[in-house]
Amino acid sequence: MKREIPLFLTAVIGIFMILSFFVPHQVVSVPADFLQQSAVILVAFGYVLGGANALKVNFDAVYKREPGWIYKLVLIGSLIATVAIGLAEGRNWQDETTRSMWIYNNLYAPMNATMFALLAFFIASAAFRAFRIRTLEAGLLATAALIVMLGRVPVGDYATRWLPWKWAQLSSLQQWIMDNPQNSAKRAILMGAAMGVMATGLRVILGIERSYLSGED
Amino acid sequence: MNVSHDFGVWVSALLTLFVFSFLYRDNPLYKFAEHLFVGVSAGYYMVLNFWTVIVTNLWDPLVTMVTKHQAPFSASLGDYRIWLVVPGIFGIMMFARLLGRVGWLSRWPLAVIIGVYAGLKTTGFAQGDLVAQVQASLQPLLTGHWGSSINNILFMLGIISSLLFFFYSREHKGVLGVTSRLGVGFLMVSFGAGYGYTVMSRISLLIGRFQFLIHDWLGLR
Amino acid sequence: MGWLASLQKLDRRWIFALMGALVMIPLLFPIGLKLTVSRPVQMFVDAIDRIPDGSTVLMSCDYDPASRPELVPMTQTALRQLWDKGCKVVVTVLWPGGSGIVDQTLRGVAAEPPYRGKKYGSDWVNLGYKAGNESVMVLMGQGITGAFPADYTGHSTSDYQALPIMKNVRDYSSFPLLVNISAGYPGTKEWVQQVNSRFHLPMVSGCTAVSTPEYYPYLQSGQLRGLLGGMAGAAEYELARHEHRGPATRGMDAQSLAHVFVAFCIVLGNLAQRQRGGGGGA
Repeated sequence: MKREIPLFLTAVIGIFMILSFFVPHQVVSVPADFLQQSAVILVAFGYVLGGANALKVNFDAVYKREPGWIYKLVLIGSLIATVAIGLAEGRNWQDETTRSMWIYNNLYAPMNATMFALLAFFIASAAFRAFRIRTLEAGLLATAALIVMLGRVPVGDYATRWLPWKWAQLSSLQQWIMDNPQNSAKRAILMGAAMGVMATGLRVILGIERSYLSGED
Repeated sequence: MNVSHDFGVWVSALLTLFVFSFLYRDNPLYKFAEHLFVGVSAGYYMVLNFWTVIVTNLWDPLVTMVTKHQAPFSASLGDYRIWLVVPGIFGIMMFARLLGRVGWLSRWPLAVIIGVYAGLKTTGFAQGDLVAQVQASLQPLLTGHWGSSINNILFMLGIISSLLFFFYSREHKGVLGVTSRLGVGFLMVSFGAGYGYTVMSRISLLIGRFQFLIHDWLGLR
Repeated sequence: MGWLASLQKLDRRWIFALMGALVMIPLLFPIGLKLTVSRPVQMFVDAIDRIPDGSTVLMSCDYDPASRPELVPMTQTALRQLWDKGCKVVVTVLWPGGSGIVDQTLRGVAAEPPYRGKKYGSDWVNLGYKAGNESVMVLMGQGITGAFPADYTGHSTSDYQALPIMKNVRDYSSFPLLVNISAGYPGTKEWVQQVNSRFHLPMVSGCTAVSTPEYYPYLQSGQLRGLLGGMAGAAEYELARHEHRGPATRGMDAQSLAHVFVAFCIVLGNLAQRQRGGGGGA
């Protein structure tokens, strides 16, 4: 029961979704549409569950006084405050002047952006300390990287505009690399990945792949 | 210099600097900002999905059905009435995951999600990434113009050799070995191009933050 | 051991400081390096130019504040191009962190002098965020209002008095083009797989630079009619649309110097390694 019903549900729904791609008749399209609507609702519940789980995990950490538990109080406090304010403000919680949008604009957005901005520094550091060209393949990678990096920005054109042949200028070389060798390899990866996803999808639908049911029976 | 007087801008700027302080070394200011970010993100996502999906796509149609005295089982495309109770119940069952003993109940809604997405992704990848890409790969090798002919031949060589590199059912020796080595070359060029674009992306993000600090906070330009 | 080899021991915080300075200085003192419009960007412009004036276009803005520098300029320029053609725009958001920033971006353009006559509900509508990724995309194929019963402001999408634009919007057949601005998953790839392949809706894409190489096969196969890649793509788009010193263009000087610096780091790091001889690491 605990495993068989979920496996049965996955199989039936999966096959039905594949069928809906080929059969436009309403006998198939209406239930398929309902299943998609259900998936949308369930994914939303999943996000709420994710937040609830974050609360549970951090409450446990604070209770057990794990290292850094003071910071976890900040996490719990900010989570509860954001939820409480958002729920209290009602359906118009996303209007420009609400406290929820103040939290979004001045807490969420800048920190979200800055976390990713840190990567620029690390990419420069890694380029100096870890990017080592020891083989022909690594040399090919580095050459392509340098041509694309410099050719994609105006400085590449400035550096090579004295060349009489337009095709030899960095921007043209960069575009040629993107259109031809890069494109062909990416297409091969795309096609290979597509076959892999199809195989995995069928394995999941047929119940061969059951890792999503992890946990005790 | 025209420093902002907006309290929100100052809060944003300080939090930005707290996160940047990690570059010097890990410190309490960064840890504070990190945990604040996680808490605010999780809370925002919860509220967003509640109001925009659970209320709009689930609760409101059910309330409309009751208040307008609609026939509950007369569902049609896009108007599912009482049938929406099913995903509603399944959604509540997901929270069983937080309760140890009845955690297995959460597998049922998970199975629905997995089934829907396995089906969608199988057909999506098959049509969009396999059939369409194979179709587009069939280009004329001799086009009448030597430049595009060379490009097309190189393109075809690249696809075939890269695909053969991923063929592991036979040992890469002989003709297969040579072709797969050629494929490695094409793959390295594509990874190098990917690296170049990744560098561009990361630096753009940094430019955005500096533009905020310079323009919106300090009012320098 | 030469001075190059001794660089191997350089504290990485000096590299951080140098990177920060090389990005900050051109933002304070612009150089004004000239751009040229590349072929994928011109294809993007042409694809939008080809749609009939006055059509209703679907624009899906699938990003969050982290991708603001690359994707917000693209959104702004695309919206201006569509409004210059008299097109109406229906906007959706599939990233949870994106609904706020997308709404602000749209309202920002609507507040600009040439577009102050554009009315929310008649000339554009923001349907807001919906969870579900590919499910939402396929759901919209059966009916837009089924997937989005209400817009960002809470108005019912079946209320044609409040949202007259929705009167002629049924499903994907109501749009001649999809303009997708995306930062990752869900994004361009999923729109190509689920919508372009199944419903044959022509589409163009503006995406972050990190995703751009992955979408070149779609451009070559015709599944994408145009492609903007990263801040450089956004800057070229501004140039193609004669938007002088737009936000993306202003960032390209800093981008150029930073790229030269990273290239220099790769070369210098390898030279230092050769002088020292042997292995090395981060």
